[in-house]
Amino acid sequence: MMYRFESKVDTRSAEFKANREHYLDLLVQFREQLAQAKTGGPAHMHERHKSRGKLTARERLEKLLDRNTPFLEFSTFAAHGMYEDKAPCAGIITGVGQVHGQEVLVVANDATVKGGTYFPMTIKKHVRAQEIALENRLPCIYLVDSGGVFLPLQDGVFPDRDHFGRIFYNQARLSAANIPQISIVMGSCTAGGAYVPAMSDETIIVRNQGTIFIGGPPLVKAATGVDVTPEELGGADVHCRISGVSDHYANDDAEAIQIARNIMQNVNRPAAFQLDRVEPAAPYYDPEEIYGIIPADLRQSFDMREVIARLVDRSEFHEFKELYGATLVTGFAKLMGYPVGIVANNGVLFSESAQKGAHFVSLCAVRKIPLIFLQNITGFIVGKEYEHGGIAKDGAKMVHAVATAQVPRFTLIIGGSHGAGNYAMCGRGYDPRLMWMWPNARISVMGGEQAANVLLTVKLAQLEAEGKQMSKEEQEAFKAPILSRYEQEGSPYYASARLWDDGIIEPLDTRTSLGLAIATSLNAPIPDHNFGVFRM
Amino acid sequence: MKKILVANRGEIAVRVIQACRGLSIKAVAVYSEVDRTALHVKMADEAICIGPPAPHESYLNQEKLIAVALERGCDAVHPGYGFLAENPEFAQRCEQSGLIFIGPRSETIKAMGNKVEARELMLQAGIPLIPGMKEPINDIKQIAAEAEKLGLPVLVKAAAGGGGKGMRVVRELTRLEEEANAAMREARSAFGDGTVFLEKWLDEPRHIEFQVLADGTGHTVHLFERECSIQRRHQKVVEETPSTALDPELRRQMGETAVAVAKTAGYLNAGTVEFLLDKDRNYYFLEMNTRIQVEHPITEFVTGIDLVAWQIRIAAGEEFPYRQEELLQKGHAIECRIYAEDPAQNFLPSPGKIHFMKEPTGPGIRNDTGIYTGFTVTTDYDPILSKLVTYGEDREAARARMVEALQEYTILGIHTTVDFLHDVLIHPQFIAGNTFTNFIETYMGDWQPPVIEEYREEAIAAAALWYLTGSGSGRQPDNKAGSIPSPWEITGNWEIGQGQLGA
Repeated sequence: MMYRFESKVDTRSAEFKANREHYLDLLVQFREQLAQAKTGGPAHMHERHKSRGKLTARERLEKLLDRNTPFLEFSTFAAHGMYEDKAPCAGIITGVGQVHGQEVLVVANDATVKGGTYFPMTIKKHVRAQEIALENRLPCIYLVDSGGVFLPLQDGVFPDRDHFGRIFYNQARLSAANIPQISIVMGSCTAGGAYVPAMSDETIIVRNQGTIFIGGPPLVKAATGVDVTPEELGGADVHCRISGVSDHYANDDAEAIQIARNIMQNVNRPAAFQLDRVEPAAPYYDPEEIYGIIPADLRQSFDMREVIARLVDRSEFHEFKELYGATLVTGFAKLMGYPVGIVANNGVLFSESAQKGAHFVSLCAVRKIPLIFLQNITGFIVGKEYEHGGIAKDGAKMVHAVATAQVPRFTLIIGGSHGAGNYAMCGRGYDPRLMWMWPNARISVMGGEQAANVLLTVKLAQLEAEGKQMSKEEQEAFKAPILSRYEQEGSPYYASARLWDDGIIEPLDTRTSLGLAIATSLNAPIPDHNFGVFRM
Repeated sequence: MKKILVANRGEIAVRVIQACRGLSIKAVAVYSEVDRTALHVKMADEAICIGPPAPHESYLNQEKLIAVALERGCDAVHPGYGFLAENPEFAQRCEQSGLIFIGPRSETIKAMGNKVEARELMLQAGIPLIPGMKEPINDIKQIAAEAEKLGLPVLVKAAAGGGGKGMRVVRELTRLEEEANAAMREARSAFGDGTVFLEKWLDEPRHIEFQVLADGTGHTVHLFERECSIQRRHQKVVEETPSTALDPELRRQMGETAVAVAKTAGYLNAGTVEFLLDKDRNYYFLEMNTRIQVEHPITEFVTGIDLVAWQIRIAAGEEFPYRQEELLQKGHAIECRIYAEDPAQNFLPSPGKIHFMKEPTGPGIRNDTGIYTGFTVTTDYDPILSKLVTYGEDREAARARMVEALQEYTILGIHTTVDFLHDVLIHPQFIAGNTFTNFIETYMGDWQPPVIEEYREEAIAAAALWYLTGSGSGRQPDNKAGSIPSPWEITGNWEIGQGQLGA
């Protein structure tokens, strides 16, 4: 029987109430932006789409996934504030849901957003979804309705490694790894886009609606002078009866989706890995209290155990090395019945905390227990004493352990994420299975104030060498643009827009998101541990 | 009518959703946090969590229900039975919010809900009533005087109430004070109103009710009787139709009276008129229930009329097309209510997880249920699990099917009333049709569960094997015991950013 964490939070204090008010304001903004992103393209595009008898991308997904089951959507804020805000969700919806009780990865083009064409962020989101499918071994269902790449931005979508071509490369690799690739052609698949269905294991096409061709009617006309209708060139009848590019013929969206569901009944995918599970139970402390615990001013510290207690089953936390390296909290808990190891920040990382982190992470890797990283980190400790003490090699131990731990790892930025702390705490570069930010989170190489001061110090040193000086006002004027830039770029929306994470989630959705993510991760086996050289 | 909010849970919510399907109407389910994985949630077109398990924070939260109905674009609200089904305030709030309340008008619910007012109204219309007091009182001396006037035995009954709460039978004058005080106490705690009234108590009466339907034009018919005499602490447990106590002439008379009651009340939609029938074939109006009854399926079997569908169609303004002469009562139907209770332990609630469930199937068998294998029964709500209904060409055929069905019905993990009901159904007095309201106290008081010795060890071994190897279906569960569902199964309808914001 694990011990329940004893909360010390005073929910009646003025500070708690003020924090809560502040957080609720953040959530109201978040909900507004989320709703905005989810509407997709402009109203007239929706009307046009509907007038053709087509379902919207979200309606299609609702029909595809099992009724009244969760949908774990990724990167709803992709391209937020980019491309003049003309590409909500980057024109593509990705996520994990269930079809006949099996987790699947879905990718649906939203044709109301610039005809479903691929912006650079659209490609990044599509490729990221495939990466999630590969790591978790999830069958992929592509609901294709896209005009191909967005031509005005060709240098951001065509030539590089992770550009458009990568999508088809991934499809081949996924299929080779026995991860089913299924396409439903519900609109156009032109030129490169034709390869999504063509590269799939099984393809469905909707009559008088879906088309697949390498060169569309205008290109055929230009090249050969022949007039041809899209349906004659590459419609459902052509591809199901003549070319064999598609395998299943559907009369409308709904039928096509039903066929895709039927396909999923024949993929034969037993669960790959089992964890020692117990009956799930809600946290003892009300998760809503998180709003009052997270300080309105992130420079203020808070005890991460208070957050952990509101995420894990029964608020029970079996802490590891509680009295050693106290700026890092490590310990075991159950989350929706799954065993998890939690690594969380309670301050700047010292040598002891980094060693403790390395120890705990390797413990979980050996025991095959999924890891959850809760980030609120400014970085490693600096100073002569610490450099002499070998902070660099201790930090390296933790980074090494995190990088090589082959268990599913999940990262949540629930405060600040700065400096090498981001690396040691399994930041984006360390391939966590999924990574989320809370709406209050901040991410940048260092805090804005720190960055401005560092740059100012460098500048002052330069000026001094030239025998010049800066007045207080000049110094403030020098710092102002740096501060405002860090303010803007450190926002979770800015980060999520560029896919530095897999989405922004609310504190109260965190437990469910993690539970679903762990269940999903068990579609892939957890390999035996395999560490490299730890610098001792 | 395109979309209906189903403001209930369990088997009746499932039943309403099924009726909606048949009419191509979308159904929106609501659920409390503890009902996330309930069957009605899985079946509905949309499902919305409305709050914590405590009924007043969820299924009784009128404001929330109406807000959800409006937000989801519902045209109407179906209240089921229990919860807000007979709450005139809720009906009125629906009406005021532009939602159709599927049931009678709020004034009718109010008038029929007050037992004393209802009696007064019926008395004036010449409907036969059990001799009793006209005014409710809370003075013990007055109660004693009235009891003497009526002649013992008498029934002390809460003025506001139902479900057997605040009801006491008094056979000796010396016990009157104690029993009346107890009834008043119960009434006060259950309904917040301690006033009671007295009624002449009929020995071994039968509880017979008539189903009525009235459409918006005032066209009112009855759909014959249901006999609900087999009761436990004033709660019905077995119901049947037709009643063995009625002949065609008495049935015609009572049916006409039921229609007269409905018309007197200005009734709209489906309702039930309850009567008591004494040994001398005198019948008395008891009360009118302004909702769909738990036991409606037996009427559906013998009349072929889909009552829940007609509730919806009438609410949508449709006219009921059949005249009284066109309605026929054919064959016989019996319903057994299966509760999560332990009959061997004085019907103590038996919550817990249903490890395995197998429903009986076959011709003439219908099981209205809200549970499934893996479902957890909580103590938060009424413990009804399902209603098993059988139909046959005559009473004996229906009874034999019920006995078979109860034998086949398997629910493991919790105690249920299945075995007990089986023994009621095979009791010689039940077979003979001698049913009356204290049947259970008279014949079943010392009931004990059957002890099965034969093949006991083999059965345990087979169950253990089944348990350890999983259910044997395609996908292997992701835990050792095979009994813990994945978060994907227990989370229900969920997306990021859809939860409640700040209570």
